[in-house]
Amino acid sequence: MIWYSIDTWIVIIGALTAIACALPGSFLVLRQMSMMGDAISHAVLPGLAIAFLVTGARASLSMFVGAAVVGVLTAVFTQWISSWGKVDRGASMGIVFTTLFAIGLLLIVQAADHVDLDPGCVLYGSIEVAAWDTAWTFSIGDLLVEVPRSAIVLGIVSLLNLFIVIAFFKELRISSFDPDLATTQGINAQWMHYLLMTQVAVTTVAAFEAVGSIIVIAMLVTPAATAHLLTDRLGLMLILASIIGALSALIGHLLALVVPPLIGFESTTTTGMMAVATGLFFLLAWLFAPRYGWITRVLFKRSVVSAEAEGS
Amino acid sequence: MKSSRMKAGMGRVLGLLLAVVVPMQSGMAQSGPRSFSSLQDRGFDWPSFESIWEVVTLQQYNTRLVVASTFILGLASGLVGCFLLLRKRSLMGDALSHACLPGIGIAFILGVTLFGEGKSLAVLLAGASVTGLLGVGLVLLIRKTSRIKDDAAMGIVLSVFFGAGVAVLGMVQNMPSASAAGLEYFIYGKTASMIFRDFLLLSGVAVAALICSILLLKEFTLLCFDEGFARSQGWPVSLLDVLMLILVAAVTVVGLQSVGLILIIAFLITPAAAARFWTNDLRTMLILSGVIGGVSGWLGAGVSALLPRLPAGAVIVLMAAAIFFFSMIFGASRGILRRSMSMRRLKRKVGRQHLLRAVFEIQEKTWKEESLRPANVDISYDQLLHHRTWSPRQLKKLVKRAQGEDHIEWVDWRTLRLSESGFGEAYRTTRNHRLWEIFLFTHADIAASHVDRDADSVEHLLSTEMVRELESKLKMASMPESPHEIGISRKEAV
Repeated sequence: MIWYSIDTWIVIIGALTAIACALPGSFLVLRQMSMMGDAISHAVLPGLAIAFLVTGARASLSMFVGAAVVGVLTAVFTQWISSWGKVDRGASMGIVFTTLFAIGLLLIVQAADHVDLDPGCVLYGSIEVAAWDTAWTFSIGDLLVEVPRSAIVLGIVSLLNLFIVIAFFKELRISSFDPDLATTQGINAQWMHYLLMTQVAVTTVAAFEAVGSIIVIAMLVTPAATAHLLTDRLGLMLILASIIGALSALIGHLLALVVPPLIGFESTTTTGMMAVATGLFFLLAWLFAPRYGWITRVLFKRSVVSAEAEGS
Repeated sequence: MKSSRMKAGMGRVLGLLLAVVVPMQSGMAQSGPRSFSSLQDRGFDWPSFESIWEVVTLQQYNTRLVVASTFILGLASGLVGCFLLLRKRSLMGDALSHACLPGIGIAFILGVTLFGEGKSLAVLLAGASVTGLLGVGLVLLIRKTSRIKDDAAMGIVLSVFFGAGVAVLGMVQNMPSASAAGLEYFIYGKTASMIFRDFLLLSGVAVAALICSILLLKEFTLLCFDEGFARSQGWPVSLLDVLMLILVAAVTVVGLQSVGLILIIAFLITPAAAARFWTNDLRTMLILSGVIGGVSGWLGAGVSALLPRLPAGAVIVLMAAAIFFFSMIFGASRGILRRSMSMRRLKRKVGRQHLLRAVFEIQEKTWKEESLRPANVDISYDQLLHHRTWSPRQLKKLVKRAQGEDHIEWVDWRTLRLSESGFGEAYRTTRNHRLWEIFLFTHADIAASHVDRDADSVEHLLSTEMVRELESKLKMASMPESPHEIGISRKEAV
């Protein structure tokens, strides 16, 4: 295994994605809306397609705006269907995102002659390519630093999310745990919901252009759920989720470099391995978390039972 | 209307288009090709009558095959989708179908190393089923053994398994000995290029799913509606849960390789949700959901065969969604129109009963103060206004409506009284209210000062039989006294 500077950038991009996702993701997990990331990342396809058909170019900004708007609309439509039609929220989410994806697919096929817009590229992304796309070069002493464009974008999104979470920490917390209490305290829980959804949509769109949607879904939910098993405090949960996500990016990339040669293959997809790495962290927490781990609790119960038996 | 707008200028209507995209998507499917052909200068011909007839009557072998396959798949997934919906697990199909991917990759590798040929359908399907079921089992296990909820568990399994699948496929693509091309059919489907073998497989699984659901109908019904009761009756709830998910997995896996991931997710959710609007009876819902799934498969496949450049999977999803939105608005049992109408009717009834009771209570007070015989005496409008917490506008509307129903008549401009029929109705309403209050007071141990509110939430729904039962239980035939003082708190408030 040889480590190039490009590998550093892949890990940095992955870590920035993880931090950008972990902040809104923690609230998604607490609000039991984890599948929203999945829904939004599928549903933005018509936004991309319409932006392309309107501007006629793969300009990043218009596509970004189109996708983010449709992403927020996914949340709005889901809300409408579940409240007007009295449909289970999971089901209405499923209906909305499959419908929007189908519309997107139709639009893309209509324009297929002119577009290299490939749904596969949206789903998998390629962090390796993103790392080569340099936007800014500077040097520190002899060392030439070439910053990839996606690192800058994801850095900005991470900062933005951090800013929103800090600025609205109290509001987000109360409206996540107790929307009724939030309302009595004069906080508009509905607005907080849509603020969060906008955050998720913007993050998803910004990240999947660089790294693909699959890692976005993984980074939104899995590190946050892992942190949820480790702590009861929201602030700590946000920090832990970010750290676990960033570590997963590092370990995922190491796995992608190390595992394929071991079993006789040339290479593999880094983003896939990063998703697997988040899963490994979750597995550890699920089984061995100090307070909420499965095995920890079983052992604790057993020790209590035997202590009682001795006592009596 | 929409297509002309889009022709006029795509850029300007972007916002509008997005706003109407969901309710209009069935129109979208048809207006799409026209508008974009004009935009990009590509010719587009409407299909001739002969070609429409050819598709409708299923004369071409390929059309026949595709339509039949999607019809059967829609039928089967609509059926099992009902159980998922009622169990509030609609997105399980989503998690399951994503979790199949690593199985496909691993099965391909194993196939190549063991038999030298990786793309044997049986091996790939077996692999997909194994990891799919493993993923779903993990979701159940995570939910059961940790504080992580259903949704997060599904999100974790979905993303981690799909990530693993992407990683495995990424390795396979560089495999020297075999070509992995074609594996992506499992994600995007190949609806239009199905072969007879796919049809046989689909119908086999569909029939099996149908038979299993019929055999286990009673068990599944109880599991959907009252899991706790099923468990207390000593039924193997977890086993039934797993059985249900195996059915879902079977439909998902065969659907996945023929029509693709997104379509199979839509097929599991949308027809069941649409059927729910039409009925409250599970059997009817199962049949209806199967039919809706089947019909949208048939229509979608037909339209996509007629018009060029329309992928069948996407059109079928849109057909199902169109049926869903139609059902959501017009559904006979839970549709929006139906519910808002009955809500309005109930609101009117409640308003009328409140008004009549208020008038009666004021009249009653007059008899008592002036020791008169119960009779329909005149009351003043201001007294009525202060009796309940009505706003002047609300009361004006109520009185106007009651006037139209011939319950209330004006004596002069500040005084009104009940009509003949209104007096009878007011008597009955007040009596029902008090009977219910006394029942709550004597039988349900609710304090006299609290019964007014509680009675209010039930009395408007009391049926005649219920009132008879109350009468016999309380042994009261005439008008009872109110168990609490009327209007005291409101007077103070005023």
